[in-house]
Amino acid sequence: MTRTVSLFVSCFNDMMFPKTARAAVEVLNKLNVKVEFPDEQTCCGQIHFNTGYASMAVPLVKHFVESFSDSNEVVALSASCTAMIREHYLELASRTHDDELISGTEELVPKVFEFSEYLTEVLGVTDVGASYPHKVSYHPTCHSLRSLHIYHSAIALLGAVKGLELVDLPYAEQCCGFGGTFSVKNSAMSTAMLADKTANILNARVETVVAVDNSCLMHISGALRRNGTGISVMHLAEVLAQGMDGGEG
Amino acid sequence: MARAKTGFPFASIEQINNSQLRANLKSATSAIREKRAKVVGEKQDWEELRRKGERIKNEVLASLDEYLLELEESVTKVGGVVHWAADSSEANRIILSLIQEHGESEVIKVKSLTTDELHLNEYLANHGISAVETDLAELIVQLAHDKPSHILVPAIHKSRSEIKELFENTISKGKVLGDGPAELAEASRLYLREKFLSAKVAVSGVNFAVAETGTVCIVESEGNGRMCLTLPKVLISVMGIEKVLPKLDDLAVFLELLPRSSTGERMNPYTSTWTGVHTGDGPEEFHLVILDNRRSHVLADPVGRQALRCIRCSACLNVCPVYERSGGHAYGSVYPGPIGAILSPQLFATEASLSLPWASTLCGACYEVCPVRIDIPRVLVHLREKVISEGYKSKSEEVSFGVIALILRSGRRFELIQRVATQIRRPLNRVLLTVSLPGALGKWRAARQVPEIPDETFRMWWRANRSDNGS
Repeated sequence: MTRTVSLFVSCFNDMMFPKTARAAVEVLNKLNVKVEFPDEQTCCGQIHFNTGYASMAVPLVKHFVESFSDSNEVVALSASCTAMIREHYLELASRTHDDELISGTEELVPKVFEFSEYLTEVLGVTDVGASYPHKVSYHPTCHSLRSLHIYHSAIALLGAVKGLELVDLPYAEQCCGFGGTFSVKNSAMSTAMLADKTANILNARVETVVAVDNSCLMHISGALRRNGTGISVMHLAEVLAQGMDGGEG
Repeated sequence: MARAKTGFPFASIEQINNSQLRANLKSATSAIREKRAKVVGEKQDWEELRRKGERIKNEVLASLDEYLLELEESVTKVGGVVHWAADSSEANRIILSLIQEHGESEVIKVKSLTTDELHLNEYLANHGISAVETDLAELIVQLAHDKPSHILVPAIHKSRSEIKELFENTISKGKVLGDGPAELAEASRLYLREKFLSAKVAVSGVNFAVAETGTVCIVESEGNGRMCLTLPKVLISVMGIEKVLPKLDDLAVFLELLPRSSTGERMNPYTSTWTGVHTGDGPEEFHLVILDNRRSHVLADPVGRQALRCIRCSACLNVCPVYERSGGHAYGSVYPGPIGAILSPQLFATEASLSLPWASTLCGACYEVCPVRIDIPRVLVHLREKVISEGYKSKSEEVSFGVIALILRSGRRFELIQRVATQIRRPLNRVLLTVSLPGALGKWRAARQVPEIPDETFRMWWRANRSDNGS
């Protein structure tokens, strides 16, 4: 194998969506990338930072940077975590006035990539040899679309999946209304946004909704399941692991 | 301190449940959104223009004291009078006494946002002076004893048939009107022409004021500004301290950025600029009221101060999924939408406004369209931190986040918690999926089925299958 990456699965995926991380390992291995899992990893600190507890996020930044200090490249399975790292880590690290942490952060941040971004921008791959003969819509999550600007990555990867029919999602660029604690603090607003997102998905008449953030997908899936629509959601990594030969490893 | 039931989550509920309002807003904001996207898309150097706008505004904010003194000098030199107002009550007193000096009991107004911030109309009314709004939408709002719900389109929440009825009961009493735009505009025109021709004093806002020349600029779409700025004998213009620009040339940048961002037009229909007073041409007296009203306080915050770059285009409102479903009133401020969510808590710091930094999913649509590149999501998060650090928080939330952070500071501790959750996943899933839950979690689950906890975490799988030498 030619390259080695460290997988940052994110606390949420580790606990709730291990299948996404297993699929990502499978896809990366298939592309001759060796995967490591630094097991000190926990959480990027986004929930704390975004909710207003930045000071609690600072030790999590430190923990992240230390956990991945030996990594050549880090592949993250969440666009919003990647955006957190890319946009806010240096500023949060700087609050500590700890020179070692600051330089460690400076060094690490440019080596962190979101999964689809890593495939298309670093490996230069769009066709991973997957096959998924179903009607699919892609929901561009806010952070992947407007922070990381990687809409094209997922679209290129999905476009190369055998048998996959990609259907335009009306108002795709609109937020699903999750926003972490937003969905609790402003639950009525969140539910209204989610209802519109769900209606647009139903209008697209697809079998599966794909995205690169399981948090948004969990939110969307919550409504799709609650309403008995029969429409499933999948992280992009899981779609790309479909129909690949050789299985895991 | 617990959150009082006055903030955005409560104020927005009525609007969210009003399907007519949501439909009105959706069609209005999507139409303007598409127009904007089209005219911005055809501009090859748009990003460069945005950066220029940002740079000029940053330069102004960095040397605001100097530019304001230069503006005062320039305005005075060309025959204007500058008044400094530290807060809204001082500004109101200044404006009132200027009107009273001329013995007037009625004034006409154009571009009212800053004066809305002052609650000038109420103040004048309490002193026996009626202020007539001349922007069509502002007039509609005024006649309906309502409040504006959008920066640029204050009556965006009103339908044509509502406006027809309103006019028939007010300015067109005794007449039967159609609800066509031309007929409604004509009704307001007949009413306003009389006001323009009889008023002695006009009160205006300011879009831009040029320090170098003392030139003041107003950008509007109906021509009413031109009437207000040229017909009355006395013109009183009110500006926030952040509206100053260094040079006349800087206007060129903003006259490109503003119309494309706000109305989706390539060029603004009526752009008025004036430099002092000229005998026999326009007002004989020109007063410029320069207002602080806590803007200098905002300026002191290195992250929050970028909100002062705002040129009030309202592009952020039109793309905001939250605004689209709540309307402007829920923000409880003259500045609604994403920009309001960062301006209001800083300018007014009322208890209700302190909930506004959380009235966003941080989706970033606002930042993407802002013509002066205000990173609204960044400021929102900054204000969340600030508001919490000032004690406006829920103790139980703080404790929960503290405990979670403590767990997440160690891979081992996190794994231990994961193992426990995985061990008890069956009863836990049952509780999460079926048992009725109180409060926020119950409400959340009413609309969303929660996911089940799987029987194995990724970490456990990795350990069992891959940990020997990587994969």
